[in-house]
Amino acid sequence: MMRPEDIRVCVLRIEGTNCEEETHRAFQAVGCDPEMVHLNQLTGHAPQASRRSLEDYDALAFPGGFSAGDYVRGGAIFAARAKSALGGEINAFVEAEKPVIGICNGFQILVELGLLPALDGPSDVPTAALFTNDSGRFECRPSYMRNESRGRCLFTRKLPRGRTVMFPVAHAEGKLMSADPRFVERLEDNDQLVFRYVDPEGRPAGYPWNPNGSEGNVAGICNPAGNVLGMMPHPERSLDPCTAPDWTRRPKKEGDGLAVFRSMVDALTR
Amino acid sequence: MAVAEIKIELKKGVADPEGQNTKKALELLGFEGLRSVRSMKCFQVDIGLEGDEALEACQEMCRRLLANPVIQSYSVELK
Repeated sequence: MMRPEDIRVCVLRIEGTNCEEETHRAFQAVGCDPEMVHLNQLTGHAPQASRRSLEDYDALAFPGGFSAGDYVRGGAIFAARAKSALGGEINAFVEAEKPVIGICNGFQILVELGLLPALDGPSDVPTAALFTNDSGRFECRPSYMRNESRGRCLFTRKLPRGRTVMFPVAHAEGKLMSADPRFVERLEDNDQLVFRYVDPEGRPAGYPWNPNGSEGNVAGICNPAGNVLGMMPHPERSLDPCTAPDWTRRPKKEGDGLAVFRSMVDALTR
Repeated sequence: MAVAEIKIELKKGVADPEGQNTKKALELLGFEGLRSVRSMKCFQVDIGLEGDEALEACQEMCRRLLANPVIQSYSVELK
């Protein structure tokens, strides 16, 4: 059986990624062995000693940021580079049902890679888009979301269903869209809808609670197998309870975000 | 050799907050009677190919990187 300290997590970055430190720290906080890895280290464009192989890792994280300056579209260039150099390896990683998490820009990358929502399996071209917020602005603040998963997503199994948590959002392109008119319904039917933006009472709510205008107030989704999670809000910024703006009024033992990473450890060490 | 102009537009029905905000700002500056403002992106590619070969290469670029087919459409013009 795997122990938490045996879990090697690849925190994958390129130029412009800027949440790799927090993401690395989140996996450390739950006892894993994470490593920040530049894409070039996986593609062989690095000195021999720093080359890495994706298959040596047990989990993969795409952190937030503005990879490659968010040119073309958020996450598009990271996805194109990853796909051209190691598309097969990433798909094999996902097919092996190893955990993959994409946060914020990482979610955009997973969508651009065609790994989410993957309602009908992974696809060569994106089947969804994370487009400009309805407000037309960068929205940056703590936000509430509710765990909607009925158990499929391995990243929220330690979080009771219906529990409202607070993670910060910080994005300008987070409106989840699809060409499928039954998109949200299908996500729900498949148990792929993981987080929904809610108001402080835990009721699904529009702007400003939903910062971007996503249909169905969707904040995070997983693939049909439940091992790939993409979400716009930042659980890795909610590790310490003091990062919540109401921490003096609602004392908590730990930040809400830890549950996401702990769920992954639990799934791998079970 | 052709220079390709690749235009990426939002599909009909996709909200365009950038266009709407720009329209509002233009109206505040006193430009009256604007019916609509739509944002779009243009890439100019000195492609080193001609004719159908150039067009096909540009379309492949759009499919693989420049456009997200869920929300965007593209058109290519050779100059």
